[in-house]
Amino acid sequence: MADQRPFSGGGSNVSRRAFLKGSGAAAAATALATGSGVAEAADEKSKLVGPGATPIKLNVNGRERVLPVEPRTTLLEALRYKLNLTGAKPVSVDDSSGASMVIINGKPASANTVFAIACVGKKIQTVESLGGDKPDAVPVAFLHNDAMQCGFCTPGFVVAVRAFLDKNPKATEKQIREGLNSNLCRCGTYANVIMAAVEVVKGGKRG
Amino acid sequence: MAKKYSWPERGTASLIGKPHDRIDGMAKATGVAKYTYDVAPERMLLARVLGCPHAHCKIKSIDLSGAEKVPGVVKAMAMKVEGNEVRWEGDPIAAVAGESEAAVAEGLKAIKVEYEALDIFVKDEDLAAAEAAKRTGKPAKNTQLEKEAPDDADEEKFADEEIARLLKESDVVVEGHYGIDVITHMCLEPHGATCQWDGDKLNAYLSTQNVSGTAGQFATPLGLTAGDVTVICDFIGGGFGSKFQVDNFNVTAAKIAKEVGRPVKLMLDRDIELKTAGCRPSGYINVKIGADKNGVVKVWDSEHWGTFGATLGGVDQGVIPYVFNPKNRRRRAIPIITNASPSRAWRAPNHPQGSAMTQVAYDDIAGKLGLDSYDVFLRNLPTVSNEKQEIYKAEMEIAAKLMDWKAKWHAHGKGPAKGSVVSGLGMAIHTWGGGGQPSNTNITIHPDGAVEATLGSQDLGTGTRTVIALVTAETFGLPLSAVKVNIGSSKYPPSAASGGSVTIASVSESTRRAAQDALRQVNDLVAKKLGVEADTLVAKDGKISVEGDAKKSLSWKDACSLLGMMPLEVKGEFKRRDDQGLSSSQVGGVQMAEVEVDKDTGVVRMRKFVMVQDMGLVINPKTAKSQMYGAAIMGISYALFEQRIMDPTTGVFLNAEIADYKLPRLGDIGEIVVEIYEPDSEYNRGVVGLGEPPVISPGATISNAVCNALGVRVPVLPLTPKRVLDALAKARKV
Ligand code: FES
Repeated sequence: MADQRPFSGGGSNVSRRAFLKGSGAAAAATALATGSGVAEAADEKSKLVGPGATPIKLNVNGRERVLPVEPRTTLLEALRYKLNLTGAKPVSVDDSSGASMVIINGKPASANTVFAIACVGKKIQTVESLGGDKPDAVPVAFLHNDAMQCGFCTPGFVVAVRAFLDKNPKATEKQIREGLNSNLCRCGTYANVIMAAVEVVKGGKRG
Repeated sequence: MAKKYSWPERGTASLIGKPHDRIDGMAKATGVAKYTYDVAPERMLLARVLGCPHAHCKIKSIDLSGAEKVPGVVKAMAMKVEGNEVRWEGDPIAAVAGESEAAVAEGLKAIKVEYEALDIFVKDEDLAAAEAAKRTGKPAKNTQLEKEAPDDADEEKFADEEIARLLKESDVVVEGHYGIDVITHMCLEPHGATCQWDGDKLNAYLSTQNVSGTAGQFATPLGLTAGDVTVICDFIGGGFGSKFQVDNFNVTAAKIAKEVGRPVKLMLDRDIELKTAGCRPSGYINVKIGADKNGVVKVWDSEHWGTFGATLGGVDQGVIPYVFNPKNRRRRAIPIITNASPSRAWRAPNHPQGSAMTQVAYDDIAGKLGLDSYDVFLRNLPTVSNEKQEIYKAEMEIAAKLMDWKAKWHAHGKGPAKGSVVSGLGMAIHTWGGGGQPSNTNITIHPDGAVEATLGSQDLGTGTRTVIALVTAETFGLPLSAVKVNIGSSKYPPSAASGGSVTIASVSESTRRAAQDALRQVNDLVAKKLGVEADTLVAKDGKISVEGDAKKSLSWKDACSLLGMMPLEVKGEFKRRDDQGLSSSQVGGVQMAEVEVDKDTGVVRMRKFVMVQDMGLVINPKTAKSQMYGAAIMGISYALFEQRIMDPTTGVFLNAEIADYKLPRLGDIGEIVVEIYEPDSEYNRGVVGLGEPPVISPGATISNAVCNALGVRVPVLPLTPKRVLDALAKARKV
């Protein structure tokens, strides 16, 4: 495993602080209030959170959710184990597989490379939001074109295709082939994914 | 009992043979499907293993005390003891369970292990080095010659002389060295389980391609009986042959769960998964082959070697030469043992390597004689080992049309160049078994007309649920949506493990049998009610009616209400593959590739890949084609990109992360064309499995296309840019 070990042992607060300062999560983390209140993206800049679990508020799929997380909890872990949203998958330690892809503030992002606390105040959209009774056109096209085998990579791919087509709604097949290389599929569903994406461009309908 | 088990006559089925969406497709596409990695019972702990950092060593001591002091860590458990020998990097030493990923990672870091270094050998491609290091085993030999040795002759000497004579008399001799490196399974869902105790009974959510066969594997090391264990796997994120067994880390998860009184999820980290949980053996060959001026091979003489890793073995000699079986052949297979994880079955064990070590040599004959590779393959068809020459011939014609082979063909290395870019064509053929294995299905018909099919199968990605639903619905004349399929539990009637491409044939057999038997019982009740003979009844369009007299009928619902208060449950059993003929085995397949190679950079680009495949009767062409697309892509992967890279001195697996282990992306696959070949002769054989066959030939096919483009053989797969450039440089020097 590359590095899901942010703290160099010992567990002292000092190393945690040093870590948070140096990480991308620092800005969000230092913006959070400690204590018993729910942390929001407030402007109390002086206080640190952690090391224990602190409740934070996340906006996931249009709903405000309060959940306790440690500062070192990734968004992926929080989604999966605190909210039971398991569509985003833990496949790689970095974002080289695309399997944990979610949409944060309208942009695709890997949920395993961002801390949950860094997502406070942002709009998080997971693959689950594309399902339900009136599913999005992308998963419907995945179904029609059988763009799945084992299906483990599929939710990440669905999110990637959704995000790509949001940005490039008239993408040609060539652009799809060139632009959708973020995600990995071991079973080899790429040919079907291309067909699915082309179908959506051509006017694939929501379910 | 149904009078005779059979499939619908060709052209008469309502559902079978038509393309259908997967019944669990939306669940997979929207994240609703729960895989082993997703199951999270209340109060569950997360666990990981510590892999050994050395490829060969002895454990001097293990100290777990630091781990359990880490906040959030609940339990650390050793998996090796003092004095144990470790024979590959990544072999699990200990496990840590805790409240969060980070706590567990910290806990693993706090474990102290002392090792004593032992000698390391990982150079499987270097036969002389393996022999010098005493890492080779007893060679397997097999010689067959047209001419028999005289009674008093020394057989080896006779074979030497005979082969030398045959080579001398050949119009052309190719002497080649070829090979294919170790690759890993890289299941995107890593190996692992979530273990939850219910008193003394264990529920194991296991990522497995063997739902019915793994309860006992948990039970024995835990001192239980198989009945005390329920293995559950509703969805599995890839297996490819690596997930048949319960591993020691799965048992460790169960042990920790028992000790701490909480459920435990232990999934392998990616690097450990790559280092210890499945790989494909390598194969390297030196071969001499003699042919006549038409390219028909008369004599084959080879020696090949390779490794299973830490257990002694290599590619079986039975697949050399592959599919082609010239009358005179001698092969020697030398197994090598290395300090690397033992291999596991990898989609079509032995065959991709056999193909990649054989059919490139056949193609080199075409190159040497300046012949069209298509003609060389065609002329050698009379020697195929599986009596499928007519099938291959027909498939070759279809593939050639789809590829526009005749128009695009040029002799090896003689095509036009666009700057530094040259293009080429290649082909290869393959074979596989894929017959059904023992399987049982329970069909339940409820008095309200609801139908369930229940069996201990699993969906490796083949669309198993959908196939079972199709067979059931077809039999009862119902729409696909009317059938509920229950798979994924060891408490269901035992069905085959998903290996050897047997799943679809197995579940189709047992389900069709159960459904035909159940229908017979419903028909008996309907016949009584309508005052007709049961034999005259057919189930179609949601009704059971007298054939040819639609007025005499009952709706399915009304028919089922005749069951009274209790549901009807009928078990279908399938024991042997040949006793009724609903399934069969043995397929052929032909593949062709068109590539572009940049001679300046060594980069190979796929342009077009064509595969034509027979597979008996096809239940759902949509999911069948997906397997073919997938096989083409997996084949492109191991032909061009994938390899396990080991440091020769330390035995460290250098590229054991997804970012480093190169797999193709969506932009790397080119155009893929798949065609199912299903003439009456094949349809009438019944269902044959498909998972493996189409992944066999891509290595040889793509290698041959690259050779055709360059006029130079890049001998060992994958054909990385460096290897392409090296082969070109070597050819320039010669
Ligand atoms: S469908 Fe299995 S990894 Fe993509």
